[in-house]
Amino acid sequence: MMARGHWEHFSHPSDIGIRGVAPAKEEAFAQAAMALTAVIADLEKVEPRQAVDIVCEEDDDEMLFIAWLSSLLYEMDARNMLFSRFEIEFVEGGLKAKVWGEPVNVAKHEPAVEVKAATYAGLQVGRDNEGNWVAQCIVDV
Amino acid sequence: MYTERLQKSGEAQWTIAPFGKMRVPVVIYADEELVRAMEEQVFQQAANVAALPGIVGASYAMPDAHWGYGFPIGGVGAFDPDEGGVISAGGVGFDISCGVRAVRTGLTAEDIEDKKPELADVLARRIPAGVGSRGKLKVSAVEMDDLLLGGAQWAVEQGYGTRADLAYVEENGRMPGAEPRCVSDHAKQRQESEVGTLGSGNHYLEVQRVTAVYREDIARVLGVALNDIILMIHCGSRGLGHQIATDYLARMIKTAREQGIELPEKELACAPIKSDVGRQYYGAMCAGINCALANRQVLMHLAREAFAQIHPRANLTLLYDVSHNTCKVEEHVVDGRKKKLYVHRKGATRAFGPGDPSLPKDLLPVGQPVLIGGTMGTASYILTGTAEGMNLSFGSCCHGAGRAMSRSQATKRWKGKDIIMHLAQKGILIRGASARGIAEEAPGAYKDVVAVVDATETAGLAKKVARLEPLICVKG
Repeated sequence: MMARGHWEHFSHPSDIGIRGVAPAKEEAFAQAAMALTAVIADLEKVEPRQAVDIVCEEDDDEMLFIAWLSSLLYEMDARNMLFSRFEIEFVEGGLKAKVWGEPVNVAKHEPAVEVKAATYAGLQVGRDNEGNWVAQCIVDV
Repeated sequence: MYTERLQKSGEAQWTIAPFGKMRVPVVIYADEELVRAMEEQVFQQAANVAALPGIVGASYAMPDAHWGYGFPIGGVGAFDPDEGGVISAGGVGFDISCGVRAVRTGLTAEDIEDKKPELADVLARRIPAGVGSRGKLKVSAVEMDDLLLGGAQWAVEQGYGTRADLAYVEENGRMPGAEPRCVSDHAKQRQESEVGTLGSGNHYLEVQRVTAVYREDIARVLGVALNDIILMIHCGSRGLGHQIATDYLARMIKTAREQGIELPEKELACAPIKSDVGRQYYGAMCAGINCALANRQVLMHLAREAFAQIHPRANLTLLYDVSHNTCKVEEHVVDGRKKKLYVHRKGATRAFGPGDPSLPKDLLPVGQPVLIGGTMGTASYILTGTAEGMNLSFGSCCHGAGRAMSRSQATKRWKGKDIIMHLAQKGILIRGASARGIAEEAPGAYKDVVAVVDATETAGLAKKVARLEPLICVKG
């Protein structure tokens, strides 16, 4: 199933903001993860060939969102991979996810920058006026 | 709310007197044009720092200050552990001990004139740079703890460089106080194959030519003369440092919440220096500093090999290595009394004056070298610390140009290919994996480094010694 919703980047004086917008909170988290990959490389070129499991434990939505992005950054760096497909399930005290991607291939992905960290600046997880979930923050590049 | 409270308090100096929750004033070092160009958030963030427990003197902003996370980038804050002072992961930032290393090459511009493309290619081949690049040296978990304790000294012991290099690295290449057990396994795993890698974004390795000498006497002591070729390396503690910051920011935010401490910004999260979290963060951060020092030592060694391949007379000797994202325990005079303080420098460079005991003997008369990186197309500078700077800013000054434009604006305005071509016309060779990455780092996206350096000198924080302009730039 294609994830519903959309992702976008927003401007910051020295870094860049990532935002996921979707009818369900899980989908907003997944969309934001796509926005994260798109900061680094062309999302379309990252094939979902290998799966990695991720578990995050946090009790509030915003801290959980940062933990989610931080886990993705850790997996990317430690495994030297990029991810393009994300399935998330909220569970008691956190989330469980399966993410798919492939090893970084400079010729194929033409990655532009590494993301150092997800920051608490511009951090927001909540519903917008149309009832969609929005999950966003600024990332340090 | 903050801008209108700015009072001119000296040449290139502005003060915001304490109000609200501020415990000390905010002091900004900048000329009128630079201070006008600063975002209101710079003053607000500096004022938030001024409200943290145990802050001493003032909350300082350097001439290149811009809007950061918690602390402004270009922010300096010193805290007294005996007065409930705090240590802040946000006050150091995500790239712990990011810094600059300047290396003499023993060559002049004429020596490499015909060999520039060849040198650029050899450097680009030997220096792992960009997303997904991996170092040639794989560090096991056991060795990792030695690296985190030993810093650049560890790298030299492994054969990367010489003992003589170490005297010209802050802390003689090894930051005391490192506690590898306070660094998470995740952080260590991220570093296993990233030792000796440059990273990406604004990190680079540049071959530069000395195009101006402002103080011959000091330049002579530093071994720098007009037309000399200097190598500059700008990078930090890579994945390990990023993970330490991520881990401890989350812990400090939770600790603050448990203790009912209200944070105006989450990134301002901090813990008392004399608390478990505070002590553990300090131990981990010192390990992060050692990681950065080791990293730059290995990179210098790789550059040494590259130069040796290109020119038989190349002789790479370390001019200095100084970081600009740190928290260090230092002795400073406050109200006539010597005190041990935890000095946070976030996007600010230590700039100790002449005679400081931390300096190697030959640098004692001139003060500590300060290395200011420019951008691909503009100049970098070598400055030295001053005696008055010790009182003005706990011996701190600017760190670079600072961004003037967002990355997305930059990519809309410029194309990587055009920038490479334009710089090539000016005789600057760029080697980088990504056209977008180069566009994001376009010289025009940065503030004028000349204005920043001039304001730093006018304010008395450091003295200009030499200007360097790029010939070759290897970008991450």
